[in-house]
Amino acid sequence: MGDLIQTIIAKYNYWIYITLMMIGLYAMIAKNNLVKKIVGMGIFQTAIILFYVSIGAKRGATIPILEHGHGEQGHEISSHMVHAVDYINPLPHVLMLTAIVVAVATLGVALALAIRVYNRYNTLEEDEILEQIREK
Amino acid sequence: MKVIGFIIAVLTGGLLIYATVDFPEWADPASPASMHVSPHYIEKTMEETSVPNIVTAVLADYRGYDTMFETAVIFSAGVVCFLLLRIFLRNAPEERLYRHVLTGVTIRIKRGGRLPYSEDFKRIDTLWTPHDLIIKTISRLLIPFIQLFGLYVIAHGHHSPGGGFQGGVILGASIILLAISYDLRTALRRIREKVDAILCAAGVFIYAGTGALCLLLGFNFLDYSALASVLHVDPVTARSHGILIVEIGVGITVMATMIWIYKNLASTGKYDEGL
Repeated sequence: MGDLIQTIIAKYNYWIYITLMMIGLYAMIAKNNLVKKIVGMGIFQTAIILFYVSIGAKRGATIPILEHGHGEQGHEISSHMVHAVDYINPLPHVLMLTAIVVAVATLGVALALAIRVYNRYNTLEEDEILEQIREK
Repeated sequence: MKVIGFIIAVLTGGLLIYATVDFPEWADPASPASMHVSPHYIEKTMEETSVPNIVTAVLADYRGYDTMFETAVIFSAGVVCFLLLRIFLRNAPEERLYRHVLTGVTIRIKRGGRLPYSEDFKRIDTLWTPHDLIIKTISRLLIPFIQLFGLYVIAHGHHSPGGGFQGGVILGASIILLAISYDLRTALRRIREKVDAILCAAGVFIYAGTGALCLLLGFNFLDYSALASVLHVDPVTARSHGILIVEIGVGITVMATMIWIYKNLASTGKYDEGL
């Protein structure tokens, strides 16, 4: 029993991201409205971002900006004064920093496509669009 | 479709949760992701680039090639929105609305009609917009400070959380705020479409140009220590300055793209009136 609780405490963050991700996946597959599909894609991306950032976490560490790294003192800092255990892993943060902005850009393109679809078919419901395509 | 989608989502979720058994524990300092290159970044960044913010150093220097193409992706997203939506109107719209500023009287002009000659008439959107003095005044007061903060975030990306992406988004948001609180035409008068397109490409050009300059000076692509001879500083400081240059490029591209995408989406490509 104690073992199970230990596992839950150590791993529950991943389960939250997987749940979020599956909500996004379900929305992308099952929702009929194109904008709702785009919202599902946003939820999916958010889950991935949270997952990456949580991988970078370290117990007892701080944000990856070196202390006393400014001004004159900065030049005196050498490698033996900085320990990797004191700072969280910067790499996932770098990857997700670019991913967030690219997510905004893809959202823009997705909405532009949705606008084009709406101009052509006067609806954003997938079944109605498919019906109109079949009629032609 | 709903049932199939639900089954697929549950199955995938179950598989992924089963896979978490092998994952490192939450916030484990010895997790595999933190053992490979990350200690090198943390311990050597100050020596090699003299940038205290490790995220900025990794973003623009160690992984500069990746970030250059991220910037190119954002640029192409802006161009794609333009190509998908932009419509160049040949003839004037069906009808236009003008408001007399002093009295608040709104008049409707049909196509071919002419406005009585007066400086006091202001064009407003066809979906009637009230004259909201408070929102306009507050936005006008806030926008310069938002832009100043955006510039600070770009310039201080070395020492505090920030950098080109974040600062660019803040700068773009300030212009979008202008477009929302006034109208799209006011924002277009400030930053025209042509300026948007040029800035969008200029940011990528600054980034790639810095890399090509390093190449011309006989070093690797995007190895900023090559700039030491151009900037008259030691190679380590040159890397710090090189990071600042490419961050500025990223900031310009992100700002211009955000504004451009907003303009295209809000007016569905007509650039006439929107939101």
